[in-house]
Amino acid sequence: MLIRRAPDVKPSEITPEPVYLDRRAFCAAASAAALGLAVPAALRARAPGRATDDDKPTSYENITHYNNYYEFGTGKEDPSDNAGAFRTRPWKVEVAGEIAKPGHYDLDDLLHGQTVEERVYRHRCVEGWSMVIPWSGFPLRNLINRFQPTSRARFVEFTTVYDPSQMPGQRGGVLPWPYVEGLRLDEALHPLTLVVTGLYGRALPNQNGAPLRIHVPWKYGFKSAKALVRIRFAADQPANTWNVVAPNEYGFYANVNPTVDHPRWSQARERRIGEFFRRPTLMFNGYGDQVASLYAGMDLRRNF
Amino acid sequence: MRKAAKVGVFLACLIPLALLLADLLGGRLGADPIRATELRTGQAGLILLVVTLAITPARRFTGWNWLGGYRRMLGLFAFGYICLHFLDWLGVDQFFALKYIWKDIVKRPYITVGFASFLLMIPLAITSSSRMVRRLGKRWAQLHALVYVAALGGIIHFVWEVKADLGEPTTYGLIVVALLMLRFVPREALGLLRPVTTAPRAPRSVSPTA
Repeated sequence: MLIRRAPDVKPSEITPEPVYLDRRAFCAAASAAALGLAVPAALRARAPGRATDDDKPTSYENITHYNNYYEFGTGKEDPSDNAGAFRTRPWKVEVAGEIAKPGHYDLDDLLHGQTVEERVYRHRCVEGWSMVIPWSGFPLRNLINRFQPTSRARFVEFTTVYDPSQMPGQRGGVLPWPYVEGLRLDEALHPLTLVVTGLYGRALPNQNGAPLRIHVPWKYGFKSAKALVRIRFAADQPANTWNVVAPNEYGFYANVNPTVDHPRWSQARERRIGEFFRRPTLMFNGYGDQVASLYAGMDLRRNF
Repeated sequence: MRKAAKVGVFLACLIPLALLLADLLGGRLGADPIRATELRTGQAGLILLVVTLAITPARRFTGWNWLGGYRRMLGLFAFGYICLHFLDWLGVDQFFALKYIWKDIVKRPYITVGFASFLLMIPLAITSSSRMVRRLGKRWAQLHALVYVAALGGIIHFVWEVKADLGEPTTYGLIVVALLMLRFVPREALGLLRPVTTAPRAPRSVSPTA
């Protein structure tokens, strides 16, 4: 498989391995910051509220040990604790619905011929924290084009694997299983929408959605379904799990939007994992130039 | 002997704080240490509050009046952890960003309720001294019944903060409601419930902690 680096990602943007291997020092720094000892230094580094262009990738340790993946438990460290033995091979993905070529595809078949590139994406959770993640993957549109959606296809539905024997969280009823998510077809075809197969240049860890997930960087994290077993093309808007559970709190669109608050908490700011101060949340998570046109004329307050 | 026991309980109440500091300094609080400290101080405060509320029912049902001697200390420790929780949010999480803090208190029901419950505990802590108990007399018990309101408020604050997993706050809530209901068991019924083998009942305590 050819692994090409996207031209807009500088090698310098990726945390060198020694840095993330040296995570104890990072943890000590984070603890010191939490204690307030590092406040003056942090103040010098970045005044709160200042516009930011410093999107340093979050450490591998934090990306892989702070996950919302309720299939493996609701605690942030449950996925890293419980996903170790999860089997990601053999893996089949059903592609169904309004397409010319439905069927059950083997993972290797799906990945065959795709050019994997490294993409450093901001990731904003609806809970108010964020990360910067060096994924590897390829645009979802490359996959979709292969299946040739029919003219009736207007939405894409993604289904996460349902396997309570391997996923302890699915033995309880915190959410209705399996987890489903959806995108409008034009959102799914947007060049930023990524099929993710790796992290930090390595295979995707189980707790991050192995073997196959998507990432839609301008939407809250819950839109980016993990461990996909089904991709269905539909004429009608599919249901998405969090919207089913709490329709007034989680919409179908879930675009990152600092001016539309969650009913229970503000979305104006976020805590970047590893940083002391909250930083302002950016419209469309900072990807407005690329994606705002998708929503031209839409009332984003109603279509939250 | 009693003094040693009191020192023991005092030290036990410090264990959550000691563990938290150890985890903080050892870098074991995960990717978001600020949120972790908020969760753990809030949790310690809530658990201690529930234990405090359990003292009087436990004393009434067992006749172990000495239990009452620990109630004030446990209650004050609960208040102490809630103070840490509040200051952690105010000073570390929000870094005194008053604009956002005030907006959150007014606009976010979970913060409104949490903040109100914290405020409610302040007069209770202030009037916890033996002198105040004597001075307020009957009204002291009336005032301190508010601790149930504070505890339920704290639990609602917890419920409204979580996204989906309501197991832990619901458990606390059920315990507090059960303890509250036990308060309404009439005095006459208590004698029947107590084990017969206990020592003769001590005269009703007139100590300030009653």
